[in-house]
Order: sequence, then structure tokens, then C-alpha cells
Amino acid sequence: MSIARFWRETPRRYNLGGSKCSSCSTVFFPPRSVCPTCSNHRASIGRMVPFQLSGEGEVLSYTVVHEAAEGFDMQVPYVLALVRTTEGPILTGQIVNLDPGQVRIGLPVRATFRKLREEGKAGVIHYGYKFSPREDDDARRPAAPDRDEASVRATGSAQGPGVA
Amino acid sequence: MRDVAILGVGMTKFGELWDRSFREIGIEAGLQALVDAKMSSAQLSAVYFGNMAAGSLMDQEHIAPLILDYAGLGSRHLPGVRIEGGGASGALALHQGYLAVASGLYDFVVVGGAEKMTDVPDERGNAIASATADHEWEVVFGATLPSLWALMARRHMHEYGTTREDLAQVSVHDHEMASRNPNAHYRNPITVSQVLSAGPVAEPLGMLDCAPLSDGAAAVVLGPLEEARRFTDTPVRIAASQVATDTMALQHRRDLTTLDATVEAAQRAFRQARRAPADVGVAEIHDAYSIAGLISLEDLGFVAKGAAGREFASGRFSLGGTGPTVNPSGGLKAQGRPFGAVGIAQAVELVRQLRGDAGKRQAPRATLGLAHDVGGTGATSVVHLLERVN
Repeated sequence: MSIARFWRETPRRYNLGGSKCSSCSTVFFPPRSVCPTCSNHRASIGRMVPFQLSGEGEVLSYTVVHEAAEGFDMQVPYVLALVRTTEGPILTGQIVNLDPGQVRIGLPVRATFRKLREEGKAGVIHYGYKFSPREDDDARRPAAPDRDEASVRATGSAQGPGVA
Repeated sequence: MRDVAILGVGMTKFGELWDRSFREIGIEAGLQALVDAKMSSAQLSAVYFGNMAAGSLMDQEHIAPLILDYAGLGSRHLPGVRIEGGGASGALALHQGYLAVASGLYDFVVVGGAEKMTDVPDERGNAIASATADHEWEVVFGATLPSLWALMARRHMHEYGTTREDLAQVSVHDHEMASRNPNAHYRNPITVSQVLSAGPVAEPLGMLDCAPLSDGAAAVVLGPLEEARRFTDTPVRIAASQVATDTMALQHRRDLTTLDATVEAAQRAFRQARRAPADVGVAEIHDAYSIAGLISLEDLGFVAKGAAGREFASGRFSLGGTGPTVNPSGGLKAQGRPFGAVGIAQAVELVRQLRGDAGKRQAPRATLGLAHDVGGTGATSVVHLLERVN
């Protein structure tokens, strides 16, 4: 993937910037230029305004991935989930800071800024959101070191997007 | 619009065809279909070709003229159109061929589909298949095609009590059927315990819940029904051909356990044909993942929402069951999954079933057949109803 192709999405992938239809008030992520829920689409054109997600939500479904997507080989097994945010939109992302066996439907989570993948040793490093448990954070931490710790230190940001 | 019939069918063996090229298998299927229709290529008006990813798999785009050229038809300058819709490319091509003949624009067309998945390493093949999901908002975050279907499986288990064993039965059924199909990629019977103990891919799905990456090609010859008797004693009418789409990403769906595109395409198809799910005697359904097989049965209207696991266990979809007979070819899991060829191969199987030519895997009561092909996680769904003409 070219640098520009990833870079242009950073407001969404780093900061969870979505959009809201000022006609029907529905929130979307990623942002949309036309509202799919307004029965009269034309009413929404030009009326979709930026909307910041809080990054909080709960797990709607999850899977433990053993055969990785390209660029994720070093992370297996990893948990991929659908997270319903408190504002409504559902996001696809990894669950980190939790033993895969402890993930469950309904688990409260919060978005956290992480390294997503590398394009080979010399390629671009992609960053974006993953999700971390919201309750009893420390108690749920696995004994094994977090694979993503290094990337978080490297960027100097352990804070989740949209949480400040 | 006029009635359209399938006059001839052909397909290659599906599997890891190391010694055969894309061009060879595409041409073999097309020529078989022409021979089956007792038709000369001089009578053809156009060719439609379903293919998902020749560019990514072989660095070769522009494949409709390529196949026409190597089929010896270059100097005829026929219209040639390649059609892409992820895993539903083949069925989408069939829809386009159907429209062309129904409209009266063309009389006789070949609709082919081919994919060569094994000329790249498995990891690359899986990544190319995953490009039929939403790259920017799913794949970039670590999603693969099987992992997205696994998210649907987990939700189906949570909402309806579907079990891991229920899922496994779909693969066991497909392998049992494919053991009677000489063209199938996998002809070995498997057991539920083998499915459960196979290596995990994306939990709850394991290796034996997932269709393979296959090479293969299939083709049909279409023509106006009123002229069908000139070519065959057993024409099969396309009673319905319907396409529906949905959101690209699973995360934007109305319901995580339903493919609304399948529900829509099926309802439109039954309306077009003035028939109901209970009239279908044989069905080739999308079951690239075991969960997909169960969800398809529900969304096509064969069973109530959430009941597919239990109904499957009753044996009603097997050859001796009350029907419809499901995936007598072995389905995507066992006949194989050469993406762009799948939708055409489903039509080939149904035509053989409706003619009564399916040998050891012949379904009883095969007068109306249904084919169902899905792209990605359900952003495209195509349903065809095929009917024996007496």
C-alpha cells in the first residue's frame, strides 16, 4: 500500500473521526458523504458533519485468528472483534491486553492507539486503533509480555485515540 | 424479454492443476460446453467470462479477448466481456449472459468462468481472496475472509445455540457428496471429529470448515428457449436470474447472522419464477465456510432463521432426505473453489441434475434447481433458478 493511501486515512485510523448526518442524527464510521439511513438521500448531501467517536464500546462478536492476514504473521494468535461503539457504529479491530480465552461477547472495551502491521522489514509501518478491556484492566493483563508494547513506546503514545 | 435456455455445459476437474494453464482450462470448459450443445463456434454471438483476480494472481488482465484468441476465435472479432464480483464473478457473468440473450441482442453466447488460484503461494492466494472484503476498514485491521465468517459464526452460535458440531456437519456432507463426483477437488469422506480436530484458522472455524483454493473452469452455452430443441432434447430454462448487493463491510450490516443480499436475491428470484423454496428439488449453495452453508439455507428460505444447524442434522439435505438435495457436487468445500468458476460450475451441476445425468449423485425430484453464489462476506449475492423443460 502506498504511503499516501494510508496517510490520507490517519484522521480516522488515529483519531476515530467519523461523521454525523445533520438530517437524521445517525453517526457513521468511517465518515460518509451520503447518509444511507435517510430515505431521501439528497437531503443528506452537504449535511454530513464531522463527529468524534469516544472509542468506548463493547464486543459484539470475536474470533481468534491463527492464519494471519498479510503483515500480521508475527501477531498470531490474535483476537479480531466487532465492537459496537457507544455512539452506534460498529468497528472491526483487534482486542489486545487480554488473554484470547478471556474475550467474550459483551466485554466492555476502549480504543487504543497501536501499530497495526509492517510492510516487510523496510516498508511502511501502519498505525491505528485496537481495543483494550475497559474493566479490571490490570487483573486481565496476560502474564506474557504484550507483543505491541514496543510499538507503543516507539511512538511515545500509550494513550488511546479519542480518550483524552 | 424472451425465455433463455442452457443448451450445453462443460467443466474441467477442480483442484491443484499444476500442469495446466489458465488459458488451457478456460478453453477446455468452453469447448466441452459447445460440443455438449452440438453447436459450432460459428454460431456464437458473444462470450461472457467470470473471473475474480487474474491481474493479482497472474499479472494478466484483459482476459476475455485472451480466451477468445486462444480458443481460435480471434478472427471472428466477437464481443468478449470479463465480469468481476469477487467470489460471485461466475454467477454475475451468467446473469449478464442471460440478460444479453433475453433482450434479443445476442442469440447464442458462451458464459465461462475460470480461476487459477495455485500459481501463487497459499498466503498470497488467501490475501487476494480477502480483497473481496473491505480492504481499508477490515483487512488493514487484521481481518481475513475466514475470520469475518468466523465473526458471523460466533454470533450465530450466540443467538441461536448453533454448535461447533452443527458447523462441522456441513463439511462432512460436502465431502460425502464429492466422493461421487469425479471432478471434485476432494473426494475423501471426512468425519465430524476430523473437522473438530483440524488445525484452527479463525476460531471457531478450522481448516476443514474452509473451502480450498482451487484451479478450475466451467462454461455453459445459452440461447433462446424457442430454438433450444434444435440443439438438445433436454433444454434447461433459466426461470430466474437475480443479483443483490449489500454493504461492503460486515461491520455495516443490519444483522450479523443474515446476508440481506441473499434474502433479497432469493425473494426476487422466487417472484420472477412464480415459485417457492418448497418447489426446489436440488440446490447448489454458497458454503465456502461451514457457517456460510447454514446461513445460506436460512436466507434462501429453506429453513427458519437460526434452525439450519438442527435441520442439517436431520439429514433432510442428503440424497435420501426430504430435500432439497443440497450441494450434490460437493459444494465449494469439496468440489472446490476456483472463485470465478464457482457460479458457472453450480449451473453445470444443476443442468446435469435436471437432465437426470448426475449418476451416483443424482438427486430425486430434480425438476427445479437453485444456484446461489456469494462475493466477499455477502456484499454481492446471486440466485438463479433453473427448470427442466418437458
